[in-house]
Amino acid sequence: MQIPLILQFVNLLASLLLLLVFAMLAQRRILSLINLFAWQGGILALSTFIVAYSTDQHHLYYSAGLTLVLKVLLLPWLLHRLVRKLKIRWEVETLINIPTTMLAGIALVIFSFNLAAPIAELAQGITRGLIGIALACVLISLLMMLTRRKAVTQVVAFLSLENSLFFAATSATQGMPLIVEFGIALDVLVATFIFGIFFFQIRETFDSLDIAHMEKLKDDNA
Amino acid sequence: MRNPDQILAIVFQLTQLLLVVLAAPMLTGWVNLCQAWLQNRTGAGVMQPYRALNKLFHKDAVIADNASWLFRITPYIVFGCMWLAAAIIPIIAVDLPFSRAADVIALVGVFALARMFIALAAMDIGTSFGSMGARREMLVSFLAEPALLMVLFTASLISQSTQLTHIVETFAHHEFVLYPSLAFASVAFVMVLLAENARIPVDNPSTHLELTMIHEAMILEYSARHLALIEWAASLKLFAYISIGIALFLPHGIVGVGNWSGLPLAVGLLLAKMMLAGAGLAVLEAMMAKMRIFRAPEFLGTAFLLAVLGLLIHFLLGA
Amino acid sequence: MIDLQLLALLATPLAGGIVLAIFGSRPWAAEINSVVSGCTFIISVLLAINIVDTGPQTAFKEQFFIDQFNVFLVALTAFVAFTTSLFSRPYMRIEQHHGKLSTSMLHLYYSMYQLFTFTMLVALTTNNMGIIWVAMEAATLTTVLLVSLYRTPASLEAAWKYFILCGVGIALALFGTILLYFAAERVLGNGGGALLWTHLNEVKGELEPTVLKLAFVFLLVGYGTKIGLVPLHSWLPDAHAEGPTPVSAVLSGLLLNVALCAVMRSKVLVDGSLENHFAGNLMMGFGLLSVAVAALFLSRQKDIKRMFAYSSIEHMGLITFAFGMGSKVATFAALLHMTMHSLTKSAIFFAVGHAVQKTGTQQMEHIRGLMQVSPTVGWGLMLGTLAILGMPPFGVFSSEFLIITTAMHDYPWTTPILLIALGIAFAAIFGRVQPMVFGQTTAQPLPHSPALLPVFIHLLLVLVLGLYMPPFLADWYRQAAALLS
Repeated sequence: MQIPLILQFVNLLASLLLLLVFAMLAQRRILSLINLFAWQGGILALSTFIVAYSTDQHHLYYSAGLTLVLKVLLLPWLLHRLVRKLKIRWEVETLINIPTTMLAGIALVIFSFNLAAPIAELAQGITRGLIGIALACVLISLLMMLTRRKAVTQVVAFLSLENSLFFAATSATQGMPLIVEFGIALDVLVATFIFGIFFFQIRETFDSLDIAHMEKLKDDNA
Repeated sequence: MRNPDQILAIVFQLTQLLLVVLAAPMLTGWVNLCQAWLQNRTGAGVMQPYRALNKLFHKDAVIADNASWLFRITPYIVFGCMWLAAAIIPIIAVDLPFSRAADVIALVGVFALARMFIALAAMDIGTSFGSMGARREMLVSFLAEPALLMVLFTASLISQSTQLTHIVETFAHHEFVLYPSLAFASVAFVMVLLAENARIPVDNPSTHLELTMIHEAMILEYSARHLALIEWAASLKLFAYISIGIALFLPHGIVGVGNWSGLPLAVGLLLAKMMLAGAGLAVLEAMMAKMRIFRAPEFLGTAFLLAVLGLLIHFLLGA
Repeated sequence: MIDLQLLALLATPLAGGIVLAIFGSRPWAAEINSVVSGCTFIISVLLAINIVDTGPQTAFKEQFFIDQFNVFLVALTAFVAFTTSLFSRPYMRIEQHHGKLSTSMLHLYYSMYQLFTFTMLVALTTNNMGIIWVAMEAATLTTVLLVSLYRTPASLEAAWKYFILCGVGIALALFGTILLYFAAERVLGNGGGALLWTHLNEVKGELEPTVLKLAFVFLLVGYGTKIGLVPLHSWLPDAHAEGPTPVSAVLSGLLLNVALCAVMRSKVLVDGSLENHFAGNLMMGFGLLSVAVAALFLSRQKDIKRMFAYSSIEHMGLITFAFGMGSKVATFAALLHMTMHSLTKSAIFFAVGHAVQKTGTQQMEHIRGLMQVSPTVGWGLMLGTLAILGMPPFGVFSSEFLIITTAMHDYPWTTPILLIALGIAFAAIFGRVQPMVFGQTTAQPLPHSPALLPVFIHLLLVLVLGLYMPPFLADWYRQAAALLS
């Protein structure tokens, strides 16, 4: 039942990815959050590369390269630029209750492992368990989106969600068809640009990037 | 029934017993030296703790009037517990007579016993610092202990045994396997180690700042030989923790059953690992700042989380 | 032939979008917008005639697949997009005249409008389950800036909510797609073919049921966010209320349908694999919940656009429910209701848009006596409301009647819930609209004459279809229904 060392390495990277998502969940400072996001992209690119190498699938090399360029270099750079331009480098999020959030995160991990257990049984060798980890990352990123109250951090959470999905696609199914991956990457890029436009619009209107200002639309007083 | 191997084993066990108690202060000295270097100071050398102990043993002990027998007996109990713990952890060979007793849960119990006594003794004299330190110590250990147990369980689940000898046997002498769960467990373990041994960022062993100290606040009333024993016990505790860390995460080189020829290499490797661990600890401490005491639960909560994640990952990936 | 038609269908809005991205600030941009949408509509009709004649076809190396089901949605989408562009020309000019919109905002609006049409048509016609996802996400991206077009705090909030919620939803749908691919890969092998719907459809019996079950849950929740199914609907009323009215009309009338189409594509696969009613039950549950909750919320609304947004949730719930029942008749009814709802709801939004412009408020208590200022707007709103509430002889009546009788036959316990919900909705909407249309007025005359032609075209169509269903159309629906059940 022992699997090759190189695939054990993918498992290790998967666990690191989970660890990083937890780190992001607990991170209060915006800049550190963006850096963690870049690390996440790096691990993603590396694991994609390893899967590409071990299964000899050439299109995965492209998607590893794409990940590297887009998620390690371009998006973090864009986010850093935005944060600098919006002058929110040192902002911290004070509202999150870290221990509770963490416990919720652990509950999500258990939930997704349970959910993925029947699937893990179906998969051979490499993919065993990876779907569970990917699903856990997805759900924790969702949790991060829920707990955040700043526009920028919500967006980072969104991108982390995207990364987790990408990880699911590359390691659990050995890569979606290339055209789909390009489409997804394009969507993510455009989404980030639109988010950027939004930041400026929101700040212009509300003088702050706090989502708390944006909870006026209710059914009763609208 | 007594074959030469067993006699040899007993001899080695006694050697380890002595070696550990004698070498433990040197580890503390080494960590302090590394720290001095990192702070651009000339350190006092690795022998400094021995000089300090020697000095303390030659002083007259002063004991508060209202101190009970508990206060007097605690240093010996603490020292004994730590010595026992450090002596039974397999650090050079698994096939030693005492190593059979090195069950991880028992080890945690031994640490807990020492902690209970030291906390009781701190409250015994009734100074405000003593009670404050004891309270903080209990808070920290209350959070650190589950994390430590989770780390140990992860390793136990992989090796199917809570015996440290078994764990070492599985990791060191079988086919090399990458265990992602152990990666998590090791990070968690380092965090617990920092907290339990009163290191930065949870505590700072080198200050007596009243707002922040934990361990030092508890032993404030001790002097002379009592203090010496407690300091020595602290060194032994650090030694024991690093030994557990080595046994769990870096057991390569510890000789297996019936393989005495590897012993010199094992001792050499142990020395190298200890030096590395001590230097690593110094670097880690240099990089971090002391946290407010209120942040300690968060820190240890993270350690617990990591340990639990390791456990979960073990269940999911089977590795 | 099909390649050429499809190319023309997709290239027209794309080219239109690019042209308008360059020339969108010119005064004739609105006319260009309408002409491009008109061309798209004509091409879609030609394509529909072709497909009805020849049956399902694939195009461009099987990357696109058109059958009676999606060509019907293509034609519907192109038609509503066309009439909406006709309506938006005067409407947006009036908004500009009122100083609510600048030229650069209009520029953005026109180019995004065409790109939005393009993404919806791609989502409808593609054969690749992955590309459906990409196109759905792109549809969100093109509309999100339109929702915040007015740059008011409320509109920004609505757009942000829309963006985040649909982003989350669509991410779950992607996970579902990945699971689907995971299952498909084991049967079809790695490579481009494993996500093509036609290929999946051929082997659906061999797909792993456990994986598909999980995949469908994710797909339904994901695309369900876009459909506006309760409890994932909270973006929908905000986006509809705060965005410009033409955007509300296309969101309600079209985007929701496209998302439902994606769900239906998945359902066919899951049904084939599971061979039980799991997917249908899930859809029925979500549908029923949406109908009930939306009806209850309807009565609490004060904003006219919000109210009709909740009405959209209610009707999408009804359609989802009907699709969930799964029999041929139910699917037929769902398709019919989809058509009727798209036509009626966009007509209502057109009328509401002008009513709001005349009175300068979206608060229903301040809108009074539309009949006095402009009988056409008043009658448009009144007739549209009657139509959407399922009054005979409008077409909504026949489709709702069909759905409810089918439910009565197959799942009798659902009938009281549906009837009560529809009754509450009727009381809530009619009670609000009646005083808005009749009574004393506060409204001002408008600088431009309103474009009410699209309203009456839509309502006329709904009326005609309610009175008489042409055999070729009934045939078409029947074929589409057969494909889905």
